[in-house]
Amino acid sequence: MKSSVIIFPGSNCDRDMDVALKKFGFKNQMVWHNDPEIPKSDLIVLPGGFSYGDYLRCGSIAAKSKIIKSVVEFANSGGLVLGICNGFQILTETGLLPGILQQNKYQKFICKNVYVRVNDKENKYFKNIKKEILELHIAHNEGNYFCSNDELKSLNDNNQIAVTYCNKDGKEADDFNPNGTLKNIAGIFNKNKNILGMMPHPERMIDKYLSSNDGNFFFENLFENLK
Amino acid sequence: MEVNEQIAIDHGLKKEEYNKICDLLNRTPNLTELGIFSAMWNEHCSYKSSRIHLKKLNTKGKKVIQGPGENAGVIDIEDDDAIVFKIESHNHPSFIEPYQGAATGVGGIMRDVFTMGARPIANLNSIHFGSPQHPKTKNLLRGVVKGIGGYGNCMGIPTVGGQTSFDDSYNGNILVNAMTLGLVNKNKIFYSKAAGINKPVIYVGSKTGRDGIHGASMASAIFDDKIEEKKPTVQVGDPFTEKLLLEACLELMAGKSIISIQDMGAAGLTSSSIEMASKGNLGIELNLNKVPCREEKMTPYEIMLSESQERMLIVLENGKENEAKKIFDKWNLDFAVIGKTTDTKNIELFFDNKKVAQIPINTLAENAPMYDRKWKKTKLPQKINFKKDDFKKLKITEVLKKILSLPNISNKEWIWQQYDHTVMGDTIQKPGSDSGVVRVHGTNKAVATSVDSSAIYCYAHPLTGGKQVVCESWRNLISCGSRPIAITNCLNFGNPEKEKNMGEFVECVEGINEASKFLDYPVVSGNVSFYNETKDKGIKPTPAIGGVGLIKNYKKMVTMNLKKKDNLILVIGKTEGHIEQSSFARNILNEKKGPPPEINLFNEKNNGETLLKLIDNGLISSAHDVSLGGIITAVSKMAIKGKKGFKLDRLKVLINKFDYYFGEDQGRYIIEIERTNLEKVQKVLKENSVHYDELGLVTENEIIIDKEPILHIDDLIKSNNSWLEEFMEK
Repeated sequence: MKSSVIIFPGSNCDRDMDVALKKFGFKNQMVWHNDPEIPKSDLIVLPGGFSYGDYLRCGSIAAKSKIIKSVVEFANSGGLVLGICNGFQILTETGLLPGILQQNKYQKFICKNVYVRVNDKENKYFKNIKKEILELHIAHNEGNYFCSNDELKSLNDNNQIAVTYCNKDGKEADDFNPNGTLKNIAGIFNKNKNILGMMPHPERMIDKYLSSNDGNFFFENLFENLK
Repeated sequence: MEVNEQIAIDHGLKKEEYNKICDLLNRTPNLTELGIFSAMWNEHCSYKSSRIHLKKLNTKGKKVIQGPGENAGVIDIEDDDAIVFKIESHNHPSFIEPYQGAATGVGGIMRDVFTMGARPIANLNSIHFGSPQHPKTKNLLRGVVKGIGGYGNCMGIPTVGGQTSFDDSYNGNILVNAMTLGLVNKNKIFYSKAAGINKPVIYVGSKTGRDGIHGASMASAIFDDKIEEKKPTVQVGDPFTEKLLLEACLELMAGKSIISIQDMGAAGLTSSSIEMASKGNLGIELNLNKVPCREEKMTPYEIMLSESQERMLIVLENGKENEAKKIFDKWNLDFAVIGKTTDTKNIELFFDNKKVAQIPINTLAENAPMYDRKWKKTKLPQKINFKKDDFKKLKITEVLKKILSLPNISNKEWIWQQYDHTVMGDTIQKPGSDSGVVRVHGTNKAVATSVDSSAIYCYAHPLTGGKQVVCESWRNLISCGSRPIAITNCLNFGNPEKEKNMGEFVECVEGINEASKFLDYPVVSGNVSFYNETKDKGIKPTPAIGGVGLIKNYKKMVTMNLKKKDNLILVIGKTEGHIEQSSFARNILNEKKGPPPEINLFNEKNNGETLLKLIDNGLISSAHDVSLGGIITAVSKMAIKGKKGFKLDRLKVLINKFDYYFGEDQGRYIIEIERTNLEKVQKVLKENSVHYDELGLVTENEIIIDKEPILHIDDLIKSNNSWLEEFMEK
């Protein structure tokens, strides 16, 4: 199973993602933003970080980068594209996913463990996943998802809301919404569910000596589903 | 402009210093030359008041690869791995412009570390603010925290530890000390010493602008009413460019083209070029027209004194320019050959085909002024005769709740949640623990690190305080099961021209040295920040000690959270009930006088070594050092973290219970052990002549102390958690 992690200048979770993918069996390759094309892959990952510094809107410059054309083509032909954190922001900026990611409600960077609930299993990412409430980690300043009413309706109608913030028993409420995001949304799919963008970092939670190892469920399952 | 004495004084030089410059040059310097002298001879760069004392520090040890004098210290952590680390102050700029001041402090210390070839793996910080009631405190705290996060988060380096305190003495001078650890192969360390003649001198990184001109001089002066006017001397940070610079430098370092490399920190191009030439006993020639500039018509004076960030100076092997340029082009960074090394032992600067400065290097470096300033000893204050009868009115549980909510003891999650502390995927102990712990990527090893300071103790008695900070750092590393290796120090003091302040410095350094020697815990890097004074009011002496220790097998690491109901709780180390200068005396009894707790280095070492043995034998469920607030505060913090309760047995000693529970005697740890391990633990403690008391046991969630009303752990959590959040958000 081949995966590619795109490195933009300013990406900083690229290595962590590389480590995680390899740990769970992927043959991963790193792809530089200026490379003319992406090698043959079963999965493309846009990692976290501050692409091009994110001094403009997060992800907006990356969405205009050379490599992104190949990512869009790959996604449009049904290829699996996963964007974590800054990667999610880039996916909304390219229009591959609807909506935007605004600054957190309390205007602070937030770094902490959170629980998210898997809402839809009819897709390559979460099909057969052994745990539905995952303890993952967020670290972002712009993770406050927002979209129009029409877009939200369409997200709901097509079961595109992938993961939502909740407590450890799976209960969704404002108390467990870390950043003011609409409907506790932590991650969404496109209509075809081959593209997943989410703010939490499963790659930081992959062994028991870290503050959670629920990232294992995500990667193990993804690998199995792609086999 | 013709240079004269008044212009020299405006540059922060003293009259005698100006005369010395004229003597050394045998002529009057021109303005560019004067600027260079003022930048090199100020306190921040020359260490002129401190050098004579710093020389005495214990800097050697079996694990020391590089001591003070380089960009950072380097220690051996076995298997060819080494840790590069240093702490540095950015106090003055952070007070003037908290976001940029703090951000560039973090940026600067990371550059010091990756200049040596190390990839940064952990950041820490020690930040100190004025009284919470002071009108500036809230905004300064908010700005500093945002600045630290803004820079470190973007770089993708986890911030794993730190310390925050509040005290009136910082009302006009906050302290912002930033520390970075980097990992390097010990055979691939890069140094700043240039070697060889006619080697190309390369400028890489950001362009040079007019920001930060005279920043180092500003950091060497006391503040007055006009500090706001100094805003332009604060540098502006660009963490994105630094991230690119980090990757580009590490890529270049993987090859063999670099002879020496130095970051442009304080006093920018001036100090970096002079330092490289001075260490190599060479001369250096620069053509300033080649320096990439951000603004138009910059003069040689401005180019040499700019403190624009994210820049490096490199001496390359001949013929390697193209290979190196390719790498910097890839990362979209400026790359320019701006000069060469020479055998003249002078720095020579050219601009528009004219020589605009020529100064012998030795006059700027080793012949810079050095002062043996007058200083005054601080006498050990007398003990206080507390009226113990008054204690009877107090309830332990009430006092405990109050102490847990004190600004200096309360939970600092509001701060560290704004720092990315898990990026890089190796953080196995987060901020809010005794030490931050990160794994050495891909190995079984982990590095523990903490930063500590105790201004209250240092102010009461600098000699004891200096010892205490080193011991506290050592204890923080021991409690998580790491073997302490070495320290870096950031010495924050007032005006060295005042005998009392200078005395505080001298005696703190002496204390640090004494403890460092006894514990074999050498100082490998550091920084001095004097003139932390506004309108005649100086700060309390605040040496910050950053410690680094090694855990050979991270699976044996110990954390501080209580683990299991019915486990036993013990205190290691003797409790005498010293309450002068304790949080209890100062905040509950309102008694601010008296001596700080005594340091017994023999017990300190013995207790620590013994705890390491217990941990190594797998006998410890959790451990935590006893510091502010004494035994009961320490146990409470363990309970809060583990969301468990505790029951304390009736005291078996003849000490007043407030003295016992709230006293701040040193060299102590709380340990949690399984009942079945009690005999084994007792045996090890007795064999090593370590005093211990059995305190009680872990409960599900109740806090039971004598016959006082029973509390729930949530009561303590609330007391400990609410202060900072409420202070900042309401």
